[in-house]
Amino acid sequence: MKVLVPVKRVVDYNVKVRVRADGTGVETAGVKMSMNPFDEIAVEEAVRLKEKGIATEVVAVSLGIAACAETIRTALAMGADRGILVESDAELQPLAVAKLLAAIAGREQPGLMILGKQAIDDDMNATGQMLAALLGWPQGTFASKLTIEGDGITVTREVDGGLETVALRLPAIITTDLRLNEPRYASLPNIMKARKKPIETLKPADLGVDPAPRLHLVKVVEPAKRKAGVKVASVAELVAKLKTEAKVI
Amino acid sequence: MTALVLLDHDNAAIKQPARSAVAAALKLGEVHVLVAGHGARAAADAAAKLPGVAKVILADAEPYAHGLAEPLAALLVALAPGYSHILAAATAYGKNVMPRAAALLDVQPISDISAVVDADTFVRPIYAGNALATVRSSDTKKLITVRAASFDPVPAEGGSAPVEAAPSVDLPGISRFISSELSRSERPELTAARVVISGGRGMQNGENFKLLEPIADALNAAVGASRAAVDAGFVPNDYQVGQTGKIVAPDLYVAVGISGAIQHLAGMKDSKVIVAINKDEEAPIFQVADYGLVADLFVALPALSAELGRG
Repeated sequence: MKVLVPVKRVVDYNVKVRVRADGTGVETAGVKMSMNPFDEIAVEEAVRLKEKGIATEVVAVSLGIAACAETIRTALAMGADRGILVESDAELQPLAVAKLLAAIAGREQPGLMILGKQAIDDDMNATGQMLAALLGWPQGTFASKLTIEGDGITVTREVDGGLETVALRLPAIITTDLRLNEPRYASLPNIMKARKKPIETLKPADLGVDPAPRLHLVKVVEPAKRKAGVKVASVAELVAKLKTEAKVI
Repeated sequence: MTALVLLDHDNAAIKQPARSAVAAALKLGEVHVLVAGHGARAAADAAAKLPGVAKVILADAEPYAHGLAEPLAALLVALAPGYSHILAAATAYGKNVMPRAAALLDVQPISDISAVVDADTFVRPIYAGNALATVRSSDTKKLITVRAASFDPVPAEGGSAPVEAAPSVDLPGISRFISSELSRSERPELTAARVVISGGRGMQNGENFKLLEPIADALNAAVGASRAAVDAGFVPNDYQVGQTGKIVAPDLYVAVGISGAIQHLAGMKDSKVIVAINKDEEAPIFQVADYGLVADLFVALPALSAELGRG
């Protein structure tokens, strides 16, 4: 079974982002970029399926500017076999990404696609669900455990009150939650090997998709800052302040 | 303009985040609500009492019993022609279903809105809440999930809307519910609690989370955790407060042994009053805390418990 894993290049999770003074967005120039953390979990899961002999090939797909090839290289260094880059300088919103990925799924015919549940830049949490809809496939979102048997997959999902287990028919879409696995670090020999793995480059037009955004960004602002409060010296003082000053208990 | 709100419920009552989604929808026009489930008549009756709701649609059939996204999205698509906006709370339920329905309608969903500007324009946090984006949708229909912590919920009582049955819809049989393991707790739910007390990596292990319990009991608080505590295996993921967990905005948030990573602050910084207890006085959590106590939590928690017990 072939497994497709979409990977997104995002501002590294350790970077404290700054809103541009002109309100047009967040400063990304000169900022460290990395693979979206939930996508690392997706790559890891796909590579583990290959190591278990369930997946035959792992294909990493990224969509965006030419530099997204670096994100694909990271996935290849973790153990993916080859990459596909859909190159576009235009902003790609989740609906466009889902349409492009659906077109790639049509060409590649994977048995499973594993995506991160959410990208830590736009925090949309939408692409996996939308891709599943466009393909008419079932979805196992926010997954913390997967078991593949025959033509089905059993998925344990992180839901609001605890866990839920569902059975899906394959092919299916999975989106990862953080407890699914702990992604590996790529070893130096594997980083070297990844340089030789192939990456195919396509354009949105090659896939017959109009990626025009549907959401127009009016402005981006910084949220109101909280002011640091006061230090209290003791538990007794804390409780007294909560009762008489803040009046919350 | 009429908006439809898909409600989270437990077959008996409407969950508080869904009542916040109704509050957001009321800013857009007339509001209808959808209760989908199996044996969910009591939930529909509860929905009919929500003030401001003009109509309740009840879809009562076995495939809707467990909130699976595949049948629910098909139902929303069938109901969509009557509505300019379709909303749900940004809970695990809403986040699972709404983008699926949106793609079927060729709409770009607008996730996790924190404010309604006008019928086409909404504010939503991005980058873990470190920036607020105002976006205008060019889609003719809007599919929206609502950040419950940003909208005061409508009251549970006061209205009297009629209940209608939903049309029957062809549903895809590609997914099946097997089981759920829900945390049993007498305490309020994290997203609905007036007080939340959360532990972080400083708690050192899961056993020590018991130190939070007498305090949670005294304050009628929900117990939460930072991602670090979940990653370390101290507590289950449904305790997680943060960018990738639950977003809360209680009257009082008590952070214990939590350093204050961006990811965690994203989930709680809209709380009215924040208390931080940490032995590291340089911890970033103190920059957002109204009251900071620099102390060893293993000394401070029993003392706090005793102090609250004194009444």
